[in-house]
Amino acid sequence: MTLKTFFHRLGSPPYFYQISRPWGRAFAWIGLLLILVGLYGGLWLAPPDYQQGNGFRIMYVHVPSAWMSLFVFMVIAVCSFIGLVWRMRLAYAVAAASAPLGAAFTAVALVTGSLWGKPMWGTYWVWDARLTSELILFFLYLGVITLNRSFEDQKTGDKAAAILALVGAIDVPIVHYSVDWWQTLHQGSSFKGLTSEIAPSMLWPLLVLMAGFMFYYGWLVLWRTRSELLLREADRDWAQQVIGS
Amino acid sequence: MTRRHQRLVMVLLMLACISAAVAFALRAFNGDLLYYLTPTQLAEGRAPAHGAFRLGGIVAPGSVHRKQGSMTVHFVLTDYHHAVPVVYTGILPDLFRVGQGIVVKGQLVNGVFLASQVLAKHSAKYMPPGIHQAQSSVPHRKMLALRRSLREDPGA
Repeated sequence: MTLKTFFHRLGSPPYFYQISRPWGRAFAWIGLLLILVGLYGGLWLAPPDYQQGNGFRIMYVHVPSAWMSLFVFMVIAVCSFIGLVWRMRLAYAVAAASAPLGAAFTAVALVTGSLWGKPMWGTYWVWDARLTSELILFFLYLGVITLNRSFEDQKTGDKAAAILALVGAIDVPIVHYSVDWWQTLHQGSSFKGLTSEIAPSMLWPLLVLMAGFMFYYGWLVLWRTRSELLLREADRDWAQQVIGS
Repeated sequence: MTRRHQRLVMVLLMLACISAAVAFALRAFNGDLLYYLTPTQLAEGRAPAHGAFRLGGIVAPGSVHRKQGSMTVHFVLTDYHHAVPVVYTGILPDLFRVGQGIVVKGQLVNGVFLASQVLAKHSAKYMPPGIHQAQSSVPHRKMLALRRSLREDPGA
């Protein structure tokens, strides 16, 4: 099977519905395993930080969530692009399934960041470039979710949400580079290319957790896309068969 | 040109136009997006003539003095090019220490910054306490690390 035929087959909702089940299960187990190992490494094995003591451990939830908030928006933007140009039904379903997940990751990043900020910075919130652009990202997610459901015709909703997602995707590099472009209270990135300013004993649980969050999202997005497809194609033969069986 | 190509060109054009608009807008607002000014930017006259603003720098070694029997503390914020003396009355954040990046909010009066709020800025470094002690036993290396973090993190 060539890559092109693979994508053509993947674009067909019944085929996707069929293969997403084993893939989703695999992602769920890998994600669960990675998250458990990462949490054990981060909360028990990693030493306390030389300045922040044990307080730095909130990083193990905050950083993966913040990373996922950017990653999921890029997934939505790419799916929106494919949907607008190639009219691929599956792409719109993946975008619609991803938006609430991304919004949840963003909310977790904002809340854990705020709880981390109070003891370390001395404040829950400041309007610096990093925090403000991440808050804007949260509202962009809410906008994509609402626009998608605001029209009687799902196709109109998909297109409207896709345009907002493509426009809003400009916020993703702004969030990422805000700490380099402007002076912010939020510290700069601990990653410089392939090297990191985090000691290896503290770094590996973070990388494991970031991978774990990716698989966790992979599982949830496959499962949500399956429901989304059933809902959207409820009157088609394949969906009737699935519902009937 | 097929319909698909037309849509592709339209979407790409839309993205290019919006990216350009956002880039120009951010460029125009560049100065206003800084959360704080560095002592050097202050010396360049970038601070507002009236009212409060934020200043960020590193607490200079040997500059922290507390007034006996009060909550008032004097210290100097530096970026290794310029330095500004700061006065603050109140509780300092836990991370306040010499060599730490600090952001203060307040007004400049006769060359002294009267701070109403002090926030700690922590670096992007995370390491166990032992490693840090081993490093700081070599003052030269510590100084180099400070300078390096300063270059990577303007104003910290």
